[in-house]
Amino acid sequence: MLEETRIVLRNVDEIDPVSIEDYRARGGYEALKKALSMTRDEALSEIDKSALRGRGGAGFPIGKKLSVTKAVDADQKYIICNADEGEPGTNKDRVVLSGDPNSVFEGMAIAAYIAGAAKGFVYLRFEYPYIFPILEQALENARKAGCLGGNIFGSGFDFDISVVSGGGAYVCGEETALIASIEGKRGEPQFKPPYPGVKGLFGKPTVVNNVETLANLPQIIQNGGEWFANIGVPNCTGTKVFTLCGNVARPGVAEYPMGTNLKDIFEAHGGVKDGKDLQGFMLGGQSGNLINPDQMDLPMDIDTCRARDAILGTGTIMVMDDYCEILDIVENIMSFFIHESCGKCTPCREGNIRMHEIIHNINAGDGKLEDLDTLEELAEVMQITSLCALGQNSSYPVITSLHNFRDDYLKAIERGQRA
Amino acid sequence: MISLTIDGLPVQVEEGASVLDAARKLNINIPTLCYHPDQDVKANCRICVVENEGQRTLLPACASPAAEGMAIHTNSPRVRKSRRHILELLLARHAQDCLHCKRSGTCELQQVSEDLHFVKTPRYPYRPRSAEMNDESSMSIVRNASKCIACGRCEYVCNEIQTVHAISKVNRGFDVNFVPAYDRPLGESVCINCGQCVQVCPTGALTIQDSCDQFWDALETDKLIVAQVAPSVRINLAEALGEEPGTVSTGRLVTAMKRMGFHLVFDTDFTADLTIMEEGTELLGRVKNGGVLPMVTSCSPGWIKFCETYYPDLLPNLSSCKSPQGMFGALIKNYYPAKIGKRPEDICSVSIMPCTAKKFEARRPELSTDEAPDVDFVITVQELARMIRSAGIDFKSLAETPFDNPFGLGSGAGEIFGATGGVMEAALRTVYELVTGETLKDINFEAVRGFEGIKEAAIQVGDLPVRVAVAHGLGNARKLMDAVRSGKADYHFIEVMACPGGCIGGGGNSIKNWKLMESRLEAVYGEDERLPIRKSHENPAVNSLYEEFLGEPGGHKSHELLHTVYTDRSYLLR
Repeated sequence: MLEETRIVLRNVDEIDPVSIEDYRARGGYEALKKALSMTRDEALSEIDKSALRGRGGAGFPIGKKLSVTKAVDADQKYIICNADEGEPGTNKDRVVLSGDPNSVFEGMAIAAYIAGAAKGFVYLRFEYPYIFPILEQALENARKAGCLGGNIFGSGFDFDISVVSGGGAYVCGEETALIASIEGKRGEPQFKPPYPGVKGLFGKPTVVNNVETLANLPQIIQNGGEWFANIGVPNCTGTKVFTLCGNVARPGVAEYPMGTNLKDIFEAHGGVKDGKDLQGFMLGGQSGNLINPDQMDLPMDIDTCRARDAILGTGTIMVMDDYCEILDIVENIMSFFIHESCGKCTPCREGNIRMHEIIHNINAGDGKLEDLDTLEELAEVMQITSLCALGQNSSYPVITSLHNFRDDYLKAIERGQRA
Repeated sequence: MISLTIDGLPVQVEEGASVLDAARKLNINIPTLCYHPDQDVKANCRICVVENEGQRTLLPACASPAAEGMAIHTNSPRVRKSRRHILELLLARHAQDCLHCKRSGTCELQQVSEDLHFVKTPRYPYRPRSAEMNDESSMSIVRNASKCIACGRCEYVCNEIQTVHAISKVNRGFDVNFVPAYDRPLGESVCINCGQCVQVCPTGALTIQDSCDQFWDALETDKLIVAQVAPSVRINLAEALGEEPGTVSTGRLVTAMKRMGFHLVFDTDFTADLTIMEEGTELLGRVKNGGVLPMVTSCSPGWIKFCETYYPDLLPNLSSCKSPQGMFGALIKNYYPAKIGKRPEDICSVSIMPCTAKKFEARRPELSTDEAPDVDFVITVQELARMIRSAGIDFKSLAETPFDNPFGLGSGAGEIFGATGGVMEAALRTVYELVTGETLKDINFEAVRGFEGIKEAAIQVGDLPVRVAVAHGLGNARKLMDAVRSGKADYHFIEVMACPGGCIGGGGNSIKNWKLMESRLEAVYGEDERLPIRKSHENPAVNSLYEEFLGEPGGHKSHELLHTVYTDRSYLLR
């Protein structure tokens, strides 16, 4: 039976989340202390050796991100923890933040030391209000213990963190939109370059990282980059925190090495709920992919997923039993994107609603075979011309369901034509 | 320098240039919609996408910096397909009434559609952004959201350049819209009617409130139709009719208007000179008697509403002089009828203006006589150009006709009212000579000319070092007014023009950008040089009006007819 490998979740459910004593009793803030005893280059080189890639979906190497901001000369730099976990069905960041907030704070402090920042923000999803007091209390306790604030551990390094409430928009998980939101502006993505690492929050160099990414940093510093690089698969090191949801027997959050087979994860969580048959999976969140059971033998790491036309994304695995209607699911997902598109760029603003319109018509028995060609073409245009990842990825469920569940579309069109 | 290839052609550009700049250097046309040469890049319409070899996603040419070794394709199958599909999405959203749209022929969306050879019906059903109702509440600007393509250019100019904040983006996704606060009608919003949004709108979503029919209707009455023509109209009209920017057409425009049926065509340069006499006298009075300083000009009705809304505490700083349009209207309805043996109601008073806000100004109760407006309606340059075309007149081939008397003579000082700094320069020419009794050696005040956002100068006038400042564009005016409000500005006299560049950049002209503005500016000062009289106090027609009717500048009659009061409009912000 598949066992969890807990790096990010090592303290969750083991400690009182706001207690600095509990966290330190399990080695907390020793990594920060160690990092502060190293030069910034030495600390960065451990991160580089670990080959850790961002866990928010894009998979960008964190060492590279830190080195870009480190290299910029500026009077002020910022570290932002992206805790705007907006993917429906994804709960991993919530579990980490509410169960072990200090691991994230410590990761932010290490990143800040390397990049040369003195100020951090946790951008907390608007729909997670109950986590707010947990973070505030944990921060207060950490400051009192001298783990955050001015002159940390007598090293001369200053770093403090503020918690900012999100604006309640999915798109604010995109880093430039998130930055605009903290600045008090409309949460809309900006064209890159300039990248936030060079010109970000309030025009200053800013490192934006996902909760899970940051929570890995203390363990990498503590145990060494090589230790981390030996977990997972060569190009995708470490673990991944997965969220299992939908019609699965044992839903919830679990951490496995990168590259763990989807089939094994699915079985470890008891398979389909109530003994029904498996129809397929939705991987990587709402902007992820719908795959059928034939595609289940899939090592879950960023590159393998990409190569097999699937997506690891946020590590969400939604299980669908054979009572689900694929077209209903896709139609519902597209209505989500209509609601969440910020409306800035044409393909996303106008494209999502047209996709929904076509799928709705097919589902309602008003579809035509050429609608499928329009969907294919529109999806490609949205993927290659949209301003941000929302518009670039929102058509994935449409296009993958069209490829992997094509019969469902054909039957619906046929049904309509017969009627 | 950066070297790259576009469609296989090598090109070199400066560091910081965009792919669009590089393509233009090669005369390769890349369609654009949200891009505007005078604004920051927004990269939201995506019509300018190009392919960079080896990259999965396409790049917006407007926003992508040219990089060494790039191999760009502007006409690959993926690019063609994407641009046409994006256009198709936009067209399925856009009102389908091109044939009778005010922007037909000058619409950028129409042009892009033509450039991409898009000649089919969109696959998607037509879904308008909002009910196809025009917001006609404003006297100056008509808003039609069903023609909006959400490019954001209006929001940029209104918020970033003008700092008026009348139009902002609301809602998200498909429901995005650009509206006044609380979705109020534009006419009940903080909009100051400058029309700069009309100038940047690529489609017919924002257009000028059209008054042409009022003229054609007036032709069917027995009224004497009398027009005044603002200084910058002669600079801009020919351009609006397709001639080179900066082509001055004073005589031809009088001919055209006479052919259309105007009975008398007067020159607003005349009341510009009158304004200088009144305003100069007011300034000297304030300096001598310890009045409120700095005094700020009051010619620009957009600026006046801005001041009334955002700086009501500074209303005492505004000159009490009516604008040249307002002074003209007062003379037409109070002095002229008796002179020609008619009643005021027998006269139809029309203004030809570069300005959309003049339409609002003409409806101010202060600018009326016995509850009848002194100016019956205002026609902008854009409208006049259309009227000339619709009357079948070939403007280019017209002979020249002089303005009519007694209001047909204006000085170079009156003429430069059309450009930022012009009112200030005109005032300095007169104030200097009236105070010192000496003749100016050099009447060109270069320090207040040009397109610098805020200009400052100090001029020794007798014993008094006169400190002046000039701002154009309300974002710049806001900076000056904040300084005045906090007591950090020790100027005597400030000129403010709401529109960037002054009246030659007014919202009622044909569509502009800063490059076109250079030619217009040159034409203004060319006219000034050309005119025989270049100082307002040397205009014999103005002087005889004082002798015959007004008495003296700042006198009783002047105050009754040529001066006005202002209204606190800060309630609009609540």
